[in-house]
Amino acid sequence: MEIKRGIAVSPGVAIGPALVLDTEGFRIPQRFIHPEEVAGEVDRLKRALAAAAAQTRDTQKAVTDKLGGQYGAIFGSHALMIADPGLAREVEGLIREQHYTAEYAVSRVIRRYAKAMESIDDSYLAGRVSDLFDIEKRILTNLLGQRREQIRHLSQSVIVLAHDLTPSETATLDTSRVHGFATEAGGRTSHTAIVAGVLEIPAVVGLGKFVTDVSGGDLVIVDGNRGLLILDPDEETLARYEKTRSQMKSFESGLNELRDLPAVTRDGVHVALLGNIEFPHESAHCLERGAEGVGLYRTEFLYLDKQADPTEAEHLDAYMTVLRALGPKRPVVIRTLDLGADKFLPRSEAGHHERNPFLGLRSVRLCLRNLTLFKTQMRAILRASAVGDVRLMFPMISTVLELRQCKMILAEVKEDLEYEGIAFNPDLPVGTMIEVPSAAILAEQLAREVDFFSIGTNDLVQYTLAADRNNEAVASLYNPCDPAVLRLIDNVVRAGRKAEISVNVCGEMSGDPQYTMLLLGLGIRQLSATPHNLPEVKRIIRSVTVEETVAVAQEAMRLETARDVNNYLREQTRRILPEVWN
Amino acid sequence: MSGEPLTKTVVITNPRGLHLRPATKFAQVAMGFQSNVQVVRQGEAFDGKSPLAMVSMFAPEGTELTIEVTGPDAREALDALVAVLEAPPPPEDEE
Repeated sequence: MEIKRGIAVSPGVAIGPALVLDTEGFRIPQRFIHPEEVAGEVDRLKRALAAAAAQTRDTQKAVTDKLGGQYGAIFGSHALMIADPGLAREVEGLIREQHYTAEYAVSRVIRRYAKAMESIDDSYLAGRVSDLFDIEKRILTNLLGQRREQIRHLSQSVIVLAHDLTPSETATLDTSRVHGFATEAGGRTSHTAIVAGVLEIPAVVGLGKFVTDVSGGDLVIVDGNRGLLILDPDEETLARYEKTRSQMKSFESGLNELRDLPAVTRDGVHVALLGNIEFPHESAHCLERGAEGVGLYRTEFLYLDKQADPTEAEHLDAYMTVLRALGPKRPVVIRTLDLGADKFLPRSEAGHHERNPFLGLRSVRLCLRNLTLFKTQMRAILRASAVGDVRLMFPMISTVLELRQCKMILAEVKEDLEYEGIAFNPDLPVGTMIEVPSAAILAEQLAREVDFFSIGTNDLVQYTLAADRNNEAVASLYNPCDPAVLRLIDNVVRAGRKAEISVNVCGEMSGDPQYTMLLLGLGIRQLSATPHNLPEVKRIIRSVTVEETVAVAQEAMRLETARDVNNYLREQTRRILPEVWN
Repeated sequence: MSGEPLTKTVVITNPRGLHLRPATKFAQVAMGFQSNVQVVRQGEAFDGKSPLAMVSMFAPEGTELTIEVTGPDAREALDALVAVLEAPPPPEDEE
C-alpha cells in the first residue's frame, strides 16, 4: 500500500481499478487470464515482442536515413532492449505464475525498471525513463492492436490516473464509467479541478510523480475529501473506505431531501442560495440541488480550445440553453470573460510573455484592450436579457475608473442594439466582482456605480495575502480565514448595505459549510457555490439563528490569526453539523 | 562455465556516464559470447547480457564497474567488453 498526498478538488471517495493514461490514452483492458490460456498468452507476447523489435529497427533505419546514424542508433538501442531475453523471461514468468495478461505483465516489468531508475535522484536517469516508456508503448501497441480503447469509450468502471488532464478531456469523461480521477499536475483553481467539481466525481490533483508506480488495473482509492490517492490499499484500509463511501451515500441522500426545503434560518431569515456553473448543462445540477438560480456563470469555456473567438451567436446559444433550463424567473448572473492573457495565446494580442500573469493583462483588463471581443459578449448577454432574469457581472475590477469604462462600453452596445431594433432589458442589472483588495477597500465608492457585488474569495485571498496556493512553499499563507480577508469582506458588506445593493459571495468559501455561519454573521444573505455543496450549506443555514451567526462572526473577527479563526469555525460548525467531520 | 571468473574494473570516463548506446552495445557484444557476464557496481550485480539491465544501471562519470566473465571464451569476451566501455564517445555524439 502506498499513500500519496495531493490537493482535494472534488469531494467523495472512489474505489476501483486504475486506468493509467499516457499521452496516447492507452489503457490495459484486462489483468488476468485463465490458467488454460497461458500458452496462448505467451505466444501472443513473443509475437508482439518480435514485431515491436522489427518495427523499432525499421524506425532506426528511417531515422538514420533522414537525420543520421547517431539519431538512428537511439532506436537501435530501443530494439535491443525490446529483444532483451531477460525482459521476455521476466514477462513470461509473470504470465505463467501470476496468470497476468501479456499487457499487464509487460507494464509491470517495465514500470519496475522505471521505478528503480526514478528512485535515483539524478537527471542522468530521469531522461532515460522516457526511453523505457517508449518501448513499453511500442510493445503495448502490438499487443493491444485493435483492442486499444479510447478514454471516451470505456467498457468498465475505472479511476483515471494521468500526469495531467486537459479541461476538455476532463469534461468529456464518461462519468457513468469514470468514478474518480487523480493527476500528478494541476492546482485547486485549475480548470481541470473546476470541471471535476462540476462532474461531481471525486478528484485529487497535484500529487507529484506517481503514474510510474501504477499499472492499469491496479486497485486504487481516490479520497477527494482529504486529497489522497491510495495505491494498492491493504484490506483494512479498503474496508474503512468502503464504509466511508456507503456512509457518504446515505448522508448525501439525506441532503437531497433538503432540496425542496427553504434556505431560512431558525428565526426565519431567508438566504438566497445560487449555483456556480461553467457549462450550460450544469443548470440541471443547480435545479437538482434546489438552487434559486445561477449566481456565477463562468464563460471562459466559450473561449478555450478554440481557433477563433466565439461569435455572438455562440455566446447567445450557450446563454439561451441556461435560460431555457432555468425558466424566465430565476436569476442568471453571467460573468464576462475572466481569462489571463497567458491562457489566451496565440490569437489575442498576448503574443508577449508576461513575467507575472496574475498581476498582468487578464480578465476585464484584457477585455478593455479587446473591445470587439468584449462587445460581442455584451451584445449576447443583452440579447439574452430580453427573455430571462439575466444579470451582467464584471470580474477583476480594481479601480472605479475601470468600472466606469466597462459601463460606458455597455452603454454603447445598448445604443447599438436599440438602433438595430434588437430587444434587450434596458434595466439589465450590472454588478462587479470584488476580488482585488483595492476594490474591497474602495467598496463604498464602487457600490454607487453598480446594482450588486459578488465577492470572489479565491482571488481576493490570493491577492490579499500575495500567496499562490498552488505554490507549496507559500500555500499555507493562503487562508480564507485570515483576519485581513475577514476585514475586507466586512467592509464590502457594510458598503453594500449602505448603498442598498445586494452582496453575494461566490468562490469556494461560499460552498464550504465551515464558513457559512461566519458569512451570515457578517451580513451576507446570498451565497453562490458549486451546486454539489449547496445542500450542506443549506443544512447549516436551517440549523442556526441570525443571532448565533452574529456572535460567531464577532468572535472570529476578534481573533488575530488565521489558524485561530479556522479552529474556532471548525469547532462551531462541528457543533451544528457533526457529520461533516467524522 | 566453471572456475574462477576473469575480472577487470573499468572507470567510466564519459562526462555523461554510461549512456544508452554504450550500455546496449555492451549487452549486445556480451550476448555474442558463450560466457556468463556480470557487471558489478558497488556490490550490486547486473546481468551483462541484458540491455535493459545495463541501461537502467546507474553509472555516471567516475563510476567503477567490475566486469566478471565466467566460461570457455572468457578471455576474448572480457577484452571485447572492456573495449566497449573504454571506447571514446564518437565526436558527433548527440545523446
